[in-house]
Amino acid sequence: MSWDWEKLKQQQKRGDIPPNMDEFIKKINNFKLPGGPLLIVLLLLILLASTMFYTVKPSEVGVVQRFGRYVRTTQPGLHFKLPVGIESIRKVNVRKVNTEEFSAFNTGGQSRFGGASSTATLMLTGDLNVALVPWIVQYRIKDPYNYLFKVRNPQQLLRDMSEASMRLVIGDRSIDEVISKRDEISVESAQLLQKELDGAESGINILTIEMKKTDVPEPVQPSLNEVNQATQEKEQMIYQAREDYNKAVPAARGEAERTIRAAEGYALDRVNRAKGDAARFEDMYREYAKAEDVTKRRLYLETFRDLLPKLEDKYIVDSEQKNLLPLLNLGNQSKSGVTQ
Amino acid sequence: MKPKFIFISIIVVIGLFVLYQSAYIVDETEQVVVTQFGRIIGEPKTSPGLKFKVPFIQQAIFFPKNLLQWDGDPGQIPTKEKTYIWVDAFARWKIVDPVSFLQTVTDLFNATGRLNDIIDPAVRNFITSHDLIETIRKSNRKLDLLEIQQVSLEEIRKDEGLDTDYTINVGREKITQGILKQAQPKVDKFGIELVDVKIKRVNYVDTVRDSVYKRMIAERKQIAEKFRSEGRGEAQKIRGQKERDLKEIESEAYNTAQQIKGKADAESTAIYAQAYTLDPEFYSFQKTLEIYGAALEENSSLVLSTDSELMKYFKGYSGETP
Repeated sequence: MSWDWEKLKQQQKRGDIPPNMDEFIKKINNFKLPGGPLLIVLLLLILLASTMFYTVKPSEVGVVQRFGRYVRTTQPGLHFKLPVGIESIRKVNVRKVNTEEFSAFNTGGQSRFGGASSTATLMLTGDLNVALVPWIVQYRIKDPYNYLFKVRNPQQLLRDMSEASMRLVIGDRSIDEVISKRDEISVESAQLLQKELDGAESGINILTIEMKKTDVPEPVQPSLNEVNQATQEKEQMIYQAREDYNKAVPAARGEAERTIRAAEGYALDRVNRAKGDAARFEDMYREYAKAEDVTKRRLYLETFRDLLPKLEDKYIVDSEQKNLLPLLNLGNQSKSGVTQ
Repeated sequence: MKPKFIFISIIVVIGLFVLYQSAYIVDETEQVVVTQFGRIIGEPKTSPGLKFKVPFIQQAIFFPKNLLQWDGDPGQIPTKEKTYIWVDAFARWKIVDPVSFLQTVTDLFNATGRLNDIIDPAVRNFITSHDLIETIRKSNRKLDLLEIQQVSLEEIRKDEGLDTDYTINVGREKITQGILKQAQPKVDKFGIELVDVKIKRVNYVDTVRDSVYKRMIAERKQIAEKFRSEGRGEAQKIRGQKERDLKEIESEAYNTAQQIKGKADAESTAIYAQAYTLDPEFYSFQKTLEIYGAALEENSSLVLSTDSELMKYFKGYSGETP
């Protein structure tokens, strides 16, 4: 973008060398070209005229300087300016989103001390640990005038300031915050950086600071992974226990319900039986009360009628022969009864 | 015709050359000091535009007017607690008095050298006279630390003989301001204004870094262990809860069941009692018969006396019951 500008600047700096144009004229005079000086003048005029037009692309603005002094900013389109030597034009792309990347592989080139300690992403955290913080700054040129004229090397300023403000933010956070709260960091560092850039009148507008994966330095990474693993193990253990709990407790609740229902069943059984028994007894009693003796006899005899046929051995002993009873070997009899 | 043309051309060329020598352009980003045989003539030209000077004998010297960058190299510096760190600082400055600038340092290269000589030592002074933490942090913002880290941080501080509950008294921003204040008076005479000094990078030197890494690893391992034991603890807690809940559920169910049963027993007892009190004698008669029916089985032997109610007719019909 600044190629033309640098050439122009070099030309301006080399103030004491006569412009090529004069030598050129001299040479041409000596050569005596056909068509004579008129052609030369014509050629010169055409050359001059051609430097009086310029186009500004839709994404750009043109900054016009007359004898080095800023005179106007022009919008996209075809424009007219005074010829070369009087007015010069510099075009600045104000729509393009530029990115500056700060990653482990991009040290920024400028650092004068070597080794791993020079990487842009290695930072000290507030708890005196070391973190790897890669990030990307996206910016746009907001004010072409300031961007061109106020700061010598705005890009370098942006890089240095980005690093400084990022470290300021990281320096106030613990390593765990650096790893887990990247959004917060990106917002705060963007604000800090914008403030600095505005203060320097750099004309740069920060769009976003995008944090890439923040991490601990490589030698520490396995132990960080161990922590992550331990976190998972912890969760795993808790889940396992919850699973056990959930396996056992609802089943136990069901079991408890069963116990209660069974008890209720028992209760119903007991009460119903009692009611039934009571009703039966009451009814029977009612009739019994009407003819107590007969009923009693009947019941007694009925019982024995049912009972006696079932019995295997029956002995009938005369009431006077009271001594016979001990002679009966009841034990043996019953035993032989079983073996039969 | 021809010699006249050549003559005119020469005049024009000379005229252009003189014009070129006397006119100069000052860019927006530049300022100019005009000298005559090395002597400074007039005020410096700080506004941009087309300017004129006496050709050949006067010389225009250009200086940048915009913000310039200085990148420092203070190198390895011990902090107050003797931790060696690398510090990379940068500063922004501008030439506010081009005349003094020209007289003292002449050009940007020399100026950078002077700034190196002034800012680097100032940075060193400030880093050496403050604790590392002051350089790193900017505020007393409460760090979100895990308990273990809190403890280990306190241990580090204790090892270094510092208070455990450390508060930031200075902070990075004030340190850089201090550096600026210390350096500014020394660069005044060069016509230079220091806009600010910033610390770009601070890192441990390799040996310190290794021990810091070891500490970090140990810390992480502790955290991992803590998580694991927390997990175990939490799991046991849940298991305990499970056992408790199981017992609770079971015993509550038992309690309820027993109560229900008890009530039923009571109710049935009441029902029986109410019914049987009508005639306890009849009840026992009937129940006894029932028991006879149930208790005597096939294998049972029965010895019946002829006295018995059942056998009373066995020996004969006497008409009268005994």
